[in-house]
This record gives sequence, structure tokens and C-alpha cells, in this order.
Amino acid sequence: MMKRRAFLAGTGAAALGTLAAPSVLRAQSGPLKVGTYGGYFEESFRTHVYPDFTEATGIEVESIPEPTGEAWLVQLQQAARAGQAPADVSMMAQVARIRGERAGLWAEIDRGAMPNVDNLPEHFVYAYDDGRFYGTGAVSWFITLVTNTEVYPQAPESWTAFWDPANENSLGLLALASNSFLLEITATVHFGGKEILETEEGLLQVMEKLAEVKPNVRLWYRDEGQFQQALETGEIPMGQYYHDVTGLAAADGKPVRSTFPKEGAVLDSGCWVVSRASQAIEASQVFIDYMAQPEVQAKLSRFVGTAPTVPRAMTDLTDEEFAAVSSDIAPIIPEYDLYIDRADWVNQKWSEIVTG
Amino acid sequence: MSARADRPTPGWLAAIPAAWLAVFFLVPFAIMLGVSFAHRVPGGFYEPGFELDSYARFLSPFFGRILLTSVALSAGAAAICVALAFPFTVILARMGGRAQTLVLVALLAVLSLSEVIIGFSLSTLLSKTAGVGNFFAWLGLIEESRAYTPSLFALMTGLCYLALPYAVLVLYPPVSRLDPELGEAARIMGATPLRAFWTVTVPMLRAPLFGAAILVFVFTLGVYLLPQVLGQPAHWTLSVHITDQAIFQSNLPFAAAMAVLLLLVSLAMVGITLLLGRAR
Repeated sequence: MMKRRAFLAGTGAAALGTLAAPSVLRAQSGPLKVGTYGGYFEESFRTHVYPDFTEATGIEVESIPEPTGEAWLVQLQQAARAGQAPADVSMMAQVARIRGERAGLWAEIDRGAMPNVDNLPEHFVYAYDDGRFYGTGAVSWFITLVTNTEVYPQAPESWTAFWDPANENSLGLLALASNSFLLEITATVHFGGKEILETEEGLLQVMEKLAEVKPNVRLWYRDEGQFQQALETGEIPMGQYYHDVTGLAAADGKPVRSTFPKEGAVLDSGCWVVSRASQAIEASQVFIDYMAQPEVQAKLSRFVGTAPTVPRAMTDLTDEEFAAVSSDIAPIIPEYDLYIDRADWVNQKWSEIVTG
Repeated sequence: MSARADRPTPGWLAAIPAAWLAVFFLVPFAIMLGVSFAHRVPGGFYEPGFELDSYARFLSPFFGRILLTSVALSAGAAAICVALAFPFTVILARMGGRAQTLVLVALLAVLSLSEVIIGFSLSTLLSKTAGVGNFFAWLGLIEESRAYTPSLFALMTGLCYLALPYAVLVLYPPVSRLDPELGEAARIMGATPLRAFWTVTVPMLRAPLFGAAILVFVFTLGVYLLPQVLGQPAHWTLSVHITDQAIFQSNLPFAAAMAVLLLLVSLAMVGITLLLGRAR
């Protein structure tokens, strides 16, 4: 087993090493290559989005399944160094997007040629520090307060339920600062906003406050499946989870519900960016602009289950359709910079104070 | 089979496992060692370099406690597994041939279960809603059903379930080859069965017993899923933290440094155990 562990860590490093050799070496003419997370997302986009896009614009799309995590960022980076783009447009997690921004990996795109970008709220429009525009929000999803309806006949209204002594040993929370966004939640609920997260003293205060939930936490989970099953059986009757998945489970007849707390649910998202090595900047602009249309966002909500990136009023979603994916309550937006600039410090203190 | 009876196996045959070991163990290990000294770029990945920062970060009471937890959990699992496996194997060796085969096949079948299945099965078995708590409540032993997971007990049960077959498989050959006349001789000379067991059987099997303990220790040291499923955060082992750093924090130098240190500590523990086994 020593071998297994050494091998695991070793192959991780080796994999990063082999990524240095770009595997995609082909002419940059032909269809627009669009990368999305492999699996459900890639399949949904290939089925529901690309055919209509091609019909509307005449641009063919080659769907590229990406690995999740940051492996794709590394691949794009290494390939760009060799002047290659394994995908022209990529869907990126926010932290990976910011890392790419710091490395200057994203191509500047022409906002003037993309009228639909104006539909997006400011937090879904991305530019370099010097103002060069390079990307937009692609899809978003909510992390909400979830409960088992048999154990909690009354839906809780506030995140403060996590701190309620009545819920001893009954919570399932995400195990890491960077995927639970519990620091943002705690700051919003108990410190009047996220400003307190700007300093290390403030962060420590928030962590101490969050540490008060420890007696209530039954499970700090990393794997979604671990919590969902326990939530459905009522074993762990409360916690934080994904709104869309909880909705699907409830539609399946499972005794679970997802609540948008009055302080707001966490709005996490992915974004569209273009590799600076791409030869298809114009077609990429057309694609990103197309995706920012209210009708397309509404379609994503219906078929993929993501929350629209454009304001609700622009879409033709019915109340029921909208409630299935989103809420009118102002969301809590994660402080992604925190998990980049202070990543190691936050992670260390989180392990010591919150989960430790 | 071979035309030359003096050399039944060609010498170069040994080169195949050696090359295998070099390619699939030594090379990745060398890469890991190299990465552990690399420079962590905050907000990025890592750059080649030579610095001790990752090792320095580990030298703190926090990670010291985690290392201690990992070693203590594995040592505990090793002790429990050997304590259970030894009498079990002795009894097994005295059974009839058919019964032995059946028991061994059942044990081997346990090996086909993955850590994931064992972890999730146990967490269900020990849960409040679907677990043994309901049975105890029905029997009237406790007032209402309760959960026995996550806890040290649940985690230890999982570790032992995972590792016990290995301990039995290590002990089975020497125990079954043990000459029963030795025990009988001790009995004829007046030793009680228990005394004969302790003074004759156990000393003769010291090497396999230590072997089984080391195997279980090293095997359970690499477990990273069971502590997450069955343990509380206080039971998260170094392997869990290595996973966090490598996968979630993109801090490969630190993950590699922790893996190297864990390897060194486990080698040291194995060395100490071997020395103890030889000393007496």
C-alpha cells in the first residue's frame, strides 16, 4: 500500500508532466471547438444547445469533453505555450478562470461585437485589470439549505438553523472552505456582509463563529453521494447541498426539500473563456454572445437545470420553471479570490479551526 | 521441462519484475520526491526548484497530531487484526479440509469488496435510520435507535474488516504447517493447553505474527476513504489531508512532501517492528 500511495502521488505529478506535450495538433480551421465538463454537461450541451447554435449561426461546433478540476487549465496553458488550443471556447470554474487570468491565458474578445453580453449582471462579465474583456458567466447553480421533510415538517428560513442547538449532530456540510463557501455564508449571516473576509483577523473571527456549528455537524462531506443518501433517509436531516440535484430527488418522491434562506443562497458558476492560442476568436465571440441570450439561458434552465445567468425578467421562464433552478432573493456570491490569493492560509486555518 | 537441469529458470527473468518495479514504483517515487521540493506558486501550480518550504509547513503541532493519529489508527488496527486473526487461524487449521476451503473462499471473497462498498455498507449498518440501533431498540437494550457512526468505533471496525483477511492469509500457511506434536509434547510434560499455546505455539510463530501486523499496519496507513465516511474530522488521517492538498488545493509540492514523510515514518515503524521481532 505504500506503493499505492506513492504511485498515486507520483502519477499525479507524472500526469502534469506529460501534459506538457500537447496531444492535439491539428489545423485550426474547421469547426469551433467548445469544451464543457465531460459527462452530464457535455452531453446536455451536445444534445440541446449546439445543433440550434449551428442552425442559427452556420458555425459548426466540435464538442470537447473537459476533465473537471484544474487539469484542463493546465492542459490549455501548456498547449497555448506551443501555440495550440485544444478548445477555442472553454467552460471554466471560477477559481480556474482567475488563475488563467493571472497567467494571461485568456484571449481578449470584442465586447462591441457581442450585444447580448449587456444582458449579464456585472459579476458575470470578466475583464483583465486593465479593462480588456475576456469572458462571461456560462452557467450557474445554487448551494442551498436542504432538509429532510419528514424530520423537519417546517422548512427552515435561515442559515442560522446551522447554529441552532436544537440541530445537534444533524448537519451535513461540505468539507472544504473552497467548495462549501461557508465563510461567505457565515460572514453574511453573522457579520452583516462579506467585507469582514478582507483581512486575516476578520477571517479568523468568521472561522471562530463558524466553529460554533461543530457540535451540530454529523458529516463533513467531500463526495456528494455521501450526503445525498443520508439526507434522503433522514439519517442526516439538514445541511447544504445543490438546489438542482435536491429538486430532482424531490421530484423523484424523496422526502427532501431545498430552501433559499432569507440571507440568500450561494451562487456558484462556471464561465466561458477563450484560449489566447485560439485561431477562431470571432466564431468564439459569436458563440459566447449567443449563449448570453435570454432564450438560450431559459433553455438551459429547462434542459440542463442550471440557473439563468441573465435576470429573470428577460426570460420567459414560468414561476415553476424559475423556482426549479433559482430564486429572486439576492444570492451570496463566493469570494473566489480568497481561494487563490490566500489559498494555503485559509485552508490551513480552516483545517485547524473549523473541521479540526 | 528445461534441457539444462542446473538452470531451470533463466537469470534474465528476474529483470522483468525489477524493471517493473523501477518503472512503476521508483520512477514515480523519484518524481514525487522531486515535486516535494518544488516551489509552490500561490494562485498557480508549482515551478521546478529546490526548497524545503513544504517540509517546513508540515513541522507543526497540527500536522504532528495528524501523523500521530494516522500511526495510532493503523497500529490499533494491526493489533486488533492480529489478535483476532491468530486464534481464528489456529482454529481454522484444525478444521476438516472442506470446511477450511469454504472459510478461505469466504475470506477471499471479502477481498473483492472495495473500500467504498465496505465504508458505505458499514455506515448504513451503524446508522440510526437503517442500522443495528433499531434492532437494539427492538430488543429493549436501548430506548430509541441511535447512530454509531461516525466514530472511532465505526472507523476501527471498517479498518479491521478491510485488513483481517490479509492477516489470516499471512498466518494461515505457517499455522497449518505447525507440527501438532510439539503442542502435544508440551501437554504430556504437564503444560495446560493455554500455557502450551503461549510458550510453544506463539514463540514459534513470532515472525509470521509480526509479518501480519506489519502488513495490516502499512495497508491501513494508505486508507483515505474510510476515515471520511466512518470517522470524525479528528480521525482524518494524513492520507485524507494528502488527497485534499493534491486534488482540492492544487498544492502538489505539499502533498508530495506529506507522502514522502508518511513513507519514511511507515518505513521506520516497519524497521522498529522487525528489530523487536528479532531481539528476543
